[in-house]
Amino acid sequence: MPEEVLAVRGLGKTFPGVRALDGVDLTLHAGEVHALIGENGAGKSTLIKLLTGVYRPDEGTIVFEGREVSFATPLEAQKAGISTIYQEVNLIPLLSVARNLFLGREPRNRFGVLDMARMNREAEETLATYGVRVDVRRPLRTLGVGAQQMVALARAVATDARIVIMDEPTSSLEPREVETLFSVIRRLRDAGIAVVYVSHRLDELYAVCSTVTVLRDGRRVHHGTLAELDRLQLVSTMLGRDLGEVRTEGLTKFTGDHSAATDEPVLEAKELTAKHQLHGVSVSIRPGEVVGLGGLLGSGRTETAKAIAGALPLGSGSVTVAGVPLRAGSTPAAIRAGISLLPEDRKSEGIVPGLSVRENIALAVLPRLSRFGLVSEVKVDSIVDTFIKRLRIKASSPQQKVGELSGGNQQKVLLARWLAMNPKVLLLDEPTRGIDVGAKAEVQKLVDELAADGLGVLLISSDLEELIEGSDRVVVLKDGAVVGELSGDDVTEDNLMRAIAGSDNLQGVAADG
Amino acid sequence: MTTTHTDAPMTPAPTGPVEKTEQAGPGRADRISALLQQHGALAVLVIVSLVASFSFDTFATGDNITNMATSSAFLAIVALGMTFVIITGGIDLSVGSLFALGGVLAAWGSRHGTLVALLLPLAVCGLIGVVNGLLVARSRLAPFIVTLAAMLGARGLMLALTDEGAETYLVAKGSFLAELGQGTTLGLGNPVWITLGLFVAGAVVLRRTRFGQHVYAVGGNEDAAALMGAPVARTKILVYTLSGLLAGLAGALNAAWLASGVTILGNGMELEAISAVVIGGTLLTGGLGYVSGSLVGVLLLKVIQNVINQIGSLDSSYQQVVSGAFLAVVVIAQTWLGRRRQLM
Amino acid sequence: MAELALRTPTLDKDRVLQWLQKYGVYAGVAVLLVVNIAITPHFLSAENFRTQAVQVAPVIIVALGMALVIGTEGVDLSVGAVMALSASVVALYLGYGLLPALLVVALFAAGVGLANGALVAFIGVQPIVATLALMVGGRGLALVLLPQLEDLRNPTLASLGSGDVLGFPYLILVAAVLALIVAFVVRRTTFGRQLLAIGDSRPAAQLAGLPVRRVLIIVYVVSALLAAVAGVLATARLQASDPTSLGNLMELSAITAVVVGGTPLTGGRVNIAGTVAGAVLIQLLTATLIKHDLPPSWTQIAQAVVIVAAVYAARGRGKR
Repeated sequence: MPEEVLAVRGLGKTFPGVRALDGVDLTLHAGEVHALIGENGAGKSTLIKLLTGVYRPDEGTIVFEGREVSFATPLEAQKAGISTIYQEVNLIPLLSVARNLFLGREPRNRFGVLDMARMNREAEETLATYGVRVDVRRPLRTLGVGAQQMVALARAVATDARIVIMDEPTSSLEPREVETLFSVIRRLRDAGIAVVYVSHRLDELYAVCSTVTVLRDGRRVHHGTLAELDRLQLVSTMLGRDLGEVRTEGLTKFTGDHSAATDEPVLEAKELTAKHQLHGVSVSIRPGEVVGLGGLLGSGRTETAKAIAGALPLGSGSVTVAGVPLRAGSTPAAIRAGISLLPEDRKSEGIVPGLSVRENIALAVLPRLSRFGLVSEVKVDSIVDTFIKRLRIKASSPQQKVGELSGGNQQKVLLARWLAMNPKVLLLDEPTRGIDVGAKAEVQKLVDELAADGLGVLLISSDLEELIEGSDRVVVLKDGAVVGELSGDDVTEDNLMRAIAGSDNLQGVAADG
Repeated sequence: MTTTHTDAPMTPAPTGPVEKTEQAGPGRADRISALLQQHGALAVLVIVSLVASFSFDTFATGDNITNMATSSAFLAIVALGMTFVIITGGIDLSVGSLFALGGVLAAWGSRHGTLVALLLPLAVCGLIGVVNGLLVARSRLAPFIVTLAAMLGARGLMLALTDEGAETYLVAKGSFLAELGQGTTLGLGNPVWITLGLFVAGAVVLRRTRFGQHVYAVGGNEDAAALMGAPVARTKILVYTLSGLLAGLAGALNAAWLASGVTILGNGMELEAISAVVIGGTLLTGGLGYVSGSLVGVLLLKVIQNVINQIGSLDSSYQQVVSGAFLAVVVIAQTWLGRRRQLM
Repeated sequence: MAELALRTPTLDKDRVLQWLQKYGVYAGVAVLLVVNIAITPHFLSAENFRTQAVQVAPVIIVALGMALVIGTEGVDLSVGAVMALSASVVALYLGYGLLPALLVVALFAAGVGLANGALVAFIGVQPIVATLALMVGGRGLALVLLPQLEDLRNPTLASLGSGDVLGFPYLILVAAVLALIVAFVVRRTTFGRQLLAIGDSRPAAQLAGLPVRRVLIIVYVVSALLAAVAGVLATARLQASDPTSLGNLMELSAITAVVVGGTPLTGGRVNIAGTVAGAVLIQLLTATLIKHDLPPSWTQIAQAVVIVAAVYAARGRGKR
């Protein structure tokens, strides 16, 4: 057995109100490529941040190369030998490739001046071993993302890393670049470096990883050899669902299907294409219908919603609302046509944190409540009042700043902002993520009611139960394209997981089920 | 894709290096954009100078050129410090006041010997630079407001030293300081040689030392720079200190040249310096810039000023209109080019 | 226990900073008033009130526009240049009558504001740089139009500058009315709320479908128009057009007034009452120092200290 590089025991971390990580163990050996997987909020990024000195653990120990360690900063962790390759390349884009590679440890001549010739030569040699042959004097940003990742990787290894953590390194790579990355990972492995590989792409895990740790709700729910699990088992472990046991009655507040949905589609999105993100996604929603958008993180769910709402520049494709084509790439036009988007990133794209509950609710509808630019405070009060009551928003007063509210109440404020607009279509991107159980149930109930009132709803959720019980139909995305659609009795966890795992084509699954 | 189960770390690695050639390099348009950004000012400088030499007999004369060179020198030294600050993504509005303060201190100090005359302005202006740097780097206040306050404070200090501007200290004739400012070597004024020396040193520091790398890294991506081990706070403190030192030195040299510490100088100099730096191709958002470009930017501003003076019928305030318009055009072009090249 | 002991002092410091940021400016004004009434001879005279009011009015007017710009997380450095420009233009067109001259001033100012706003909203230039270009060019243009000081002999303009109602100079009355209007706009109009939302969170404002570009452009135009009003009033008071020195360092005074008045540079909040108090505070500070024969240099140093103290107190409050 190779030498043990890292032994994490009982690691725990609590944030206000959230148990982010709970007694997690992790062992890494030299030359091991270890897959770390889990859905959003499972605790992956918390674990990585604890290992790299971004956070300090509340409990548990980290033993690195036989010594118990506690890193105060990422830099300390890096110097000790734990390097991280982030999803976004964390280098200096405007500096040359060689300067990036050597920043902080540049070769100098006897006058203390950088030895550029040596630096460039060594950079070229080093990168060549990573399969990157470029003019190293060029600015880093002129390289493709894949090559930039390689530079980051080369830098990490050159600083004598013993462990390299890769957080979704392939999310913006071309297939060819992914292959190169894999061969580099294999070389690291053979050099005795331990690699932690985080990805949602199952193919990749099986291609490079030998062992796996699955996290769910802050706990380790599985660990072992990757080959012992097939994809479907992996997905079901990750999502916390038994394969055999497909529930007919769930825990959510959704009350069932909305059979009134028979009219012409209220929303039709056709062949939406955006560079690197969407490859011809089509979705249609009828009035009174809740259409779920399934798929793992990074499959293009959020991008689809944003594209429909005019907030993502489109390469091609069209959106029509109630038969009327929409001007592409204009949020105000989409809103006027009756589309409302509840964004995934509630804190930075949804709420205006410094303004009050009242101003936030009235923000979009304000022009309709005004005459000659003067706000009718009476009308605002009455609308705000109505929605605070209807959605049971808990705030000390309508004047309280939204930034001070709980996540669930912030979400309700955003819902109120859009419902005040009388929308035709509601796009809900992870509407219940990070909010407490009570608010979650209320939001789910509300979605049901709205659909019953004739709204078209697009529901994005990583919560499988929510998706299945809330949707009349589920469109499944993978890598920015539609890979399947489930409707009626076919909307089951089993089918959905198969579609997400992508192990079979959906028709086959449907026939089996 | 096939699911190769690499369940054991003993699996042999693929033999030989991975073949890969990077094709996603800059296209021709991208390269032209880069060239324009870096050398556009030089091209304009050459064209304006050529047109001016053909239009005015008095432009390309030895006297006029040496005059322009000397009068450019002081602004150039200030712009050199500003270049460092702007590359880190900051801005220093206090340099005009520091320039005036440096001049007064040098003239006042010249009564106590050359050493005092040179060290006093450097010490005081450097110290104000350190305070600027500390407030920006450690207290995380916005650079523009910090240096705006320093601009007021330094000017107040200068006025307090000169009996509210009424007192003008003279630099003794024949002293070393006077020689430094007024003398010539090989036909060019000493300040010109000093400026050239400083620019060579500045270029070496920026491109060929670790400190220079940190300056670019901090401006290019502060978070990444910190993760890569660059001392972010120290780098910021150093650039503001350097900017203060150079502004003080420029003021001292200017006083030596004029033989007195004139109190009304330096008003609006920070704007001229910023304009020169930006015209020279340094990005105001930080992370990209050239010392040589700033020198070209200064020369361009001074040549335009000279041309306007040559026209004679035009008031010197046209200079400001042209500078402002020029700055606007350059900033628009830079933003556009930058977006094309995805620098911002 | 140890944790508690550690925490209490920081909490207190936070609270003190918060209080200072909210009420510090009013407290400062009150203290300066009391001190001056106690130790400055003739401070409570009508003549002194008149002098102070007439001097502070243009700063207040410019600071109102600056407060709106800063509320959108921007800054407008061109206000002093716009004052100079309006002084030149008024002098040039006064021959056609006061009203036509004022119209032309408004046109020029709106042009500057449009240029600033377009650079910021459409081209995406940082506000400091966009307005810097017009700060340099604007004053140059003012001097090109009118190279030196020119005496103006227009009775209406002169009475605007020196007249009063019940002892209140027209200048301060105009400033007060404008302050009320701007405060009303911020609090009661669609525009005001959109402005604050944009300053607080541009991405959220964009996704909520707000007319972000239009609001930004209007804000810069308003700032330029207010600066023009200040320029005309200051010119009327001087009974002369002085494009060389009118509005010099005005951008500084206005930014100081806004910041000292509790409007954060990070946008999303605009405090008009505080801004007015901030301008008064700086004016009183200057007056105090001058009346006690402390030289103007001290005023500048004091102003520098006040700016840094105000920004330091505001540090970390509001949006990060």
